[in-house]
Amino acid sequence: MYVVIAGGGKVGYYLAKTLLAENHEVVLLEKGPACCASLLSVLGDVVLLGDACEARTMETAGVNRADVVAAVTGEDDDNLVICQMAKQRFGVKRTIARVNNPENEDLFSRLGIDQTVTSTRIIYNLIEQEIESGAVIPLSTLRRGNLELVEVAVTPISPAAGKSLADIDLPPECQIIIVLRGDRALIPHGATVLEPHDSIIAVVEARHERELREIISPSRRS
Amino acid sequence: MKIVILGCGRIGAILACRLSQTGHDVAIIDVDNSAFQRLGPDFKGKRVLGNGTEQDTLRRAGIEQADCFLAITQGDNRNIMACQIARVIFNVPRVQTRIKDPLRADCFAEQGLETFCTTILAANYLEHLLLFGPGASGAPAAGSASSSEDRSVPDSVGSEA
Repeated sequence: MYVVIAGGGKVGYYLAKTLLAENHEVVLLEKGPACCASLLSVLGDVVLLGDACEARTMETAGVNRADVVAAVTGEDDDNLVICQMAKQRFGVKRTIARVNNPENEDLFSRLGIDQTVTSTRIIYNLIEQEIESGAVIPLSTLRRGNLELVEVAVTPISPAAGKSLADIDLPPECQIIIVLRGDRALIPHGATVLEPHDSIIAVVEARHERELREIISPSRRS
Repeated sequence: MKIVILGCGRIGAILACRLSQTGHDVAIIDVDNSAFQRLGPDFKGKRVLGNGTEQDTLRRAGIEQADCFLAITQGDNRNIMACQIARVIFNVPRVQTRIKDPLRADCFAEQGLETFCTTILAANYLEHLLLFGPGASGAPAAGSASSSEDRSVPDSVGSEA
């Protein structure tokens, strides 16, 4: 894959290094001459001096044939413009932006950026998970359609324990895709009966996650 | 009209003063408090200290009720992002973006943003001036009237949002 990375800070550097180790074709764009020089001495000629927001830099980097553009500078406005230019002017199929301010995630996706990564949000979610919902483990967020892949433990007091999937009243926009029992993973069907200490892996729309938890893994007080 | 301006540089400050003197409700945003010195005592509008690419700052400036939003900081990308927030998140009816880089201005104009490129405007004006001389028709007025108040503020003041 050909990946163009904009921003030679720590994220950009380690990303380039990781991709190179997997034999991907990489160009790393950095606009600061000093930073660029030190990157050049470590990574070699995959590093290019230039402002990734400038169309000319993007042309030199061959952005038009890039499979992915990842904008990972420390500035949200720069990352937004880099991804929008890559899409609009160079027809790049997949753009990924690092977002520092979580409130910008919505804006970025409404403006057509394919994926955003927000460390603030990820860390916040981990903390909140610890406090709020010990039993629901988010495995992945599928950005399109706001779906989440979650793992939920079936507690002994769960109203779902002992019931077949067909009889469990799941929230709308939710599908149980795997049942983990002991060291086995089962692909469930309507007649599969959930047992206490099973875990389920489900796809659920984010706003229904809490309902799913109440059904599969209610907290003791309720 | 309710007008929000992002960037209290020279152009932003002159515009804010003019608009507030002609009775408009103006709020001007800058990250640097000293930039507001450019406004002078006659400015009747609101000064908002903060980062104009943050929704909270824009709300403090009253963007939810704004008829117009203008982004004229030194940073093209800041202007582009702020204007897209104004348009997409706050549905401001008229949004103007200053972009210095002509290629970037073209690109975002194609995406439906109203952009004005001061680089091209200045180049066009100077070209006209060089080829046809000062009094020739077609050239906009140079606007010498405001130059004295411009000079009253030293160059070192403010860095613009």
